[in-house]
Amino acid sequence: MELIEAIILSVLAASTPLLLAATGELVAERSGVLNLGVEGMMIVGAACGFGGAWLTGSIIIGALCGMLAGVLMSLLFAAMALGLAVNQVATGLALTIFGVGLSGLIGARFVGERITPAPHLQIPFVTDIPLIGRILFGEDAFVYLSLALVAAVWWFLYRTRAGLILRACGDNHVSAHALGYPVLKIRMYAVMFGGACAGLAGAYLPLAYTPFFIPGMTAGRGWIALALTVFASWLPGRLVIGAYLFGAVTILQLHAQGAGIGIPSQFMSSLPYLATVIVLVLLSRARTGGSTAPAALGTVFVPDR
Amino acid sequence: MRDTTSAAPHTSATPLLQTVGLTKRYGSFLANDKIDLDVWPQQIHALLGENGAGKSTLVKAIYGLVQPSEGELRWEGQTMVLSGPSQARARGIGMVFQHFSLFDNLTVAENVALGLDGKESFKEMSARLQQVSRSYGLPLDPKREVWQLSVGERQRIEIVRALMQNPKFLILDEPTAVLTPQEADQLFVVLERLKSEGRAILYISHKLEEVKRLCDTATILRGGRKVSTCNPKAETAASLARMMVGTEIKEVKPAASREITVPRLVINDLNLEPDDAHGVHLKGISLELRGGEILGIAGVAGNGQDELFAALSGERLARDPGTIVIEGIAAGHLSISRRRKLGAAFVPEERLGHGTAPRMRLSENALLTGHAAGNMVQHGFVNTAATLNAVDRATETFDVRKAKRDPEAASLSGGNLQKFIVGREILRNPAVLVVSQPTWGVDAGAAAVIRQALLDLAAGGAAVLVTSQDLDELIEISDRIAVMFHGHLSASLPTAEASREKLGLLMGGSSLETKEQAHAADT
Repeated sequence: MELIEAIILSVLAASTPLLLAATGELVAERSGVLNLGVEGMMIVGAACGFGGAWLTGSIIIGALCGMLAGVLMSLLFAAMALGLAVNQVATGLALTIFGVGLSGLIGARFVGERITPAPHLQIPFVTDIPLIGRILFGEDAFVYLSLALVAAVWWFLYRTRAGLILRACGDNHVSAHALGYPVLKIRMYAVMFGGACAGLAGAYLPLAYTPFFIPGMTAGRGWIALALTVFASWLPGRLVIGAYLFGAVTILQLHAQGAGIGIPSQFMSSLPYLATVIVLVLLSRARTGGSTAPAALGTVFVPDR
Repeated sequence: MRDTTSAAPHTSATPLLQTVGLTKRYGSFLANDKIDLDVWPQQIHALLGENGAGKSTLVKAIYGLVQPSEGELRWEGQTMVLSGPSQARARGIGMVFQHFSLFDNLTVAENVALGLDGKESFKEMSARLQQVSRSYGLPLDPKREVWQLSVGERQRIEIVRALMQNPKFLILDEPTAVLTPQEADQLFVVLERLKSEGRAILYISHKLEEVKRLCDTATILRGGRKVSTCNPKAETAASLARMMVGTEIKEVKPAASREITVPRLVINDLNLEPDDAHGVHLKGISLELRGGEILGIAGVAGNGQDELFAALSGERLARDPGTIVIEGIAAGHLSISRRRKLGAAFVPEERLGHGTAPRMRLSENALLTGHAAGNMVQHGFVNTAATLNAVDRATETFDVRKAKRDPEAASLSGGNLQKFIVGREILRNPAVLVVSQPTWGVDAGAAAVIRQALLDLAAGGAAVLVTSQDLDELIEISDRIAVMFHGHLSASLPTAEASREKLGLLMGGSSLETKEQAHAADT
C-alpha cells in the first residue's frame, strides 16, 4: 500500500512538468507554430526559476522568474520564426541548443545550493485519509495549477471567440489574413504563452521535484512534451491522459530497474515515443479526410500589404 | 477613353461607393493606376480584365486589405479610410473570395463566425445562419466540417457569410469559376434577388457571356488602368474581349479538314472502385478515340472525372490491362512513365501540386514529365541544357510570360502556368493527350491560345480527350461530346447534335437513370 501510494505520488510529480510544457506547446501549435525549442525554454526556466527562488527565498517569485525566462526565450524564437520568417524547425532546434548552453551559464553559481521545496497542500484530516488523501489533497500547488491550466486552455480554444480565431490561424493563415485577423500577432501571443508554460515547467523541477539545480536537469522532458502534443492529437483533454501515461512509464522504468525486472531500461524509456507513433497511425486510419494536426503547422507566413 | 455609363437609372443621388484616382504601387510596379469607379445601389457592376489587370488589387483596397498609395475611397459620398476588413464589414461591405477564405478543419458555423465581428453569441449566430441560408435557398449544415463539402457548398458558405452581415455592397471575385452551369444559374438567381433588395454588387469575372447576361454596368481594366465603363448588354462579347485584351482575340479555328485515323486511345468496360470514401466508382466506361479527333467529356464535378483521369494517366492501375489501350497496346497495368513512353501525355486539373511542383523551377518541372522519353536524361544524369531548352520552346511557342528564364512554377500567374504545362506536354508530340479542365481560371487570351493548341494537336494526328466543366469550351473544340454522371459515361454525341439542353439533361443523369431503372427491372 505504501509503495503504491509512493509510486502514484511520484508519477504525478513526474507528469506535471510534461503537462505544463505540453499545454503551452499545444496552444502554440494550434496557432500554426511548431516551436521545437521547448527543451531549451524549459532548461532556462529551470535555471532562472531556481535562481529567483534561491535569491529571494520565495517559490512564487522563483516560478515567475522561470516563466519570464521562458517568455523571453520564446520572444527570441518569435522574432526569428515570425518576424523574419526563418524556418521554424531550424529556429526551434537552435533555441534548444542555445538554451542548454545559456542555462549552464546562468545556473553555474547555483550548482550545489539547496532551497526549501514548494510546500504540499495539507488539509487537516482530509489529507490524512489513507491512500487517496495524500494523492488528491496533498500535492504541491503546481499539480493543481497544471490541471486548471488544461481546463482553461480547453475552455479558451473551444468556447471563446479568441480561441476560435487562434485555431483558424493554425488551419489556414491565408484565409485568416484575408478576413482581417493579425496572424503574426496572434501567433506571437501563442508562442509567448508556450514559452511561459515551458519556463514554468522547467522551474517546477528545481522548485518542487528536486530542491537543487543541476545543468541539464530537464533531461529531454521538453522533447517528451513535444511528442505528447502529437500523442494527444492537439486535444487538451487527451493531453492529461498522455502526460500521466508518459510520467508513469518514466517512473515505472525506475522501479522496474530497482526491482531487478529484466526489461532493458532503454526499451522502457522508448515506450512513450513508440506509443506516439502508434497513436498517429491509428488516428490517420480512423479519419478519412481533413487533418488532425493544425493544417498550417510549421509553415511560414508572410502577409502581403 | 469612352464613358457611356450605365443605361439603368440610378435610384439615389450619389454612388454608394466610389474610388477616386485610386493608385496602388508595389515598389516600382503599378498594380492600379488612377482608377475611378462608381458603383450605385441596386446595380450589378462587372469588373472585367485579364489576369494581372489589377482587379484583385482594386477590390482588396475596397475591402481594406491593402492601403491605396494615392487616391481615395468614398462611401455614400464621404471619404473613407479603411485600416482593415473589419472596418469595411462594419460599413456594410462584404466579400466572397475567389480562392475561398475558408478553414477546412473548422465547422461551417465556425467559418461563418470568423467572418463576422462577434457581436452575437455563437448560438444566436448559428440560428441566424440557418435562417439566412434557408431564406436565400442556400442550404447549409452548420455542424459539418468544410473538408467534407463540395466546391459549390463551400462557395455557399462564403456567400451566406457575406449575407449574414446584411451588406449594402457585395464583392464577388470570380464566383462562377468553379461552378457548373446549373450551380451558376442558382447563383444568378440569388444575385438578382440581392439586387432587387437594393444592394450593390461588384462582380469580377472574365466570362463575358455571363457578364452580358447579369450585369448592368461593366468597368474594364487593363494593365492596372481603367479602359472603359460601358453597358455590357449593349456590347458584344468580342468587343468586351477586345477592350480587355487590347488587341483582337484570335478566334479559335479548327483546321479545315482533319484526317480521322486509327484508334489511339480505347477504353473497354473500365470498372474501378474508389480508393477513398469520397471517391466515385467508375462503372463500365467504354470509348474509342481516333487520331485527329477531340472528344469532350462534360459533367458536373465529382461524377468520376478525377477518377477517370487517374485511371488513364496511370496514377491508379486498372486490374485488367486490356481495359485501357494506348496506341494498340494494353496499358491498364502500366505505370505513368511507361504510358508516356507509348506516346501519351497528361495535363491534370490542378496546376499547382499536381501539374507542377510549385516550388521547383520550370526546367525541373519539364523534367518531371519529360524524363521518360526524349533526351533529358542521359546515362542517369540530367541534361540541364535539354530541360532549359524545353522551357524556352514552351515559352516561345505558347507566349508564356514570366519574370526570368527559369522561375519557380508557383511564381507564374494561373494562365501563364497553364500555357506552360499544356505546352510542355504538346511539345513532346504526344499521340494521345488527356487533359482535364484546360482553361480553368485562365484569362481569355491564354484560354484561346490553349484551345487553339489542342485543335492544332488534333489536326496533326493526335487523339485528344478533354474533360471540362465549361460547356461552351467543349462545344467550341470537340468533335464529339460525352457526359459523365455517377461514374457512368454516356455514349458520345457529335457536337453538331449536342445542344446545351441535351447535355444539361445528361449531366443531370436523366437518360442514364432510365437505363439503370430498366436494368434494375430486368434483374
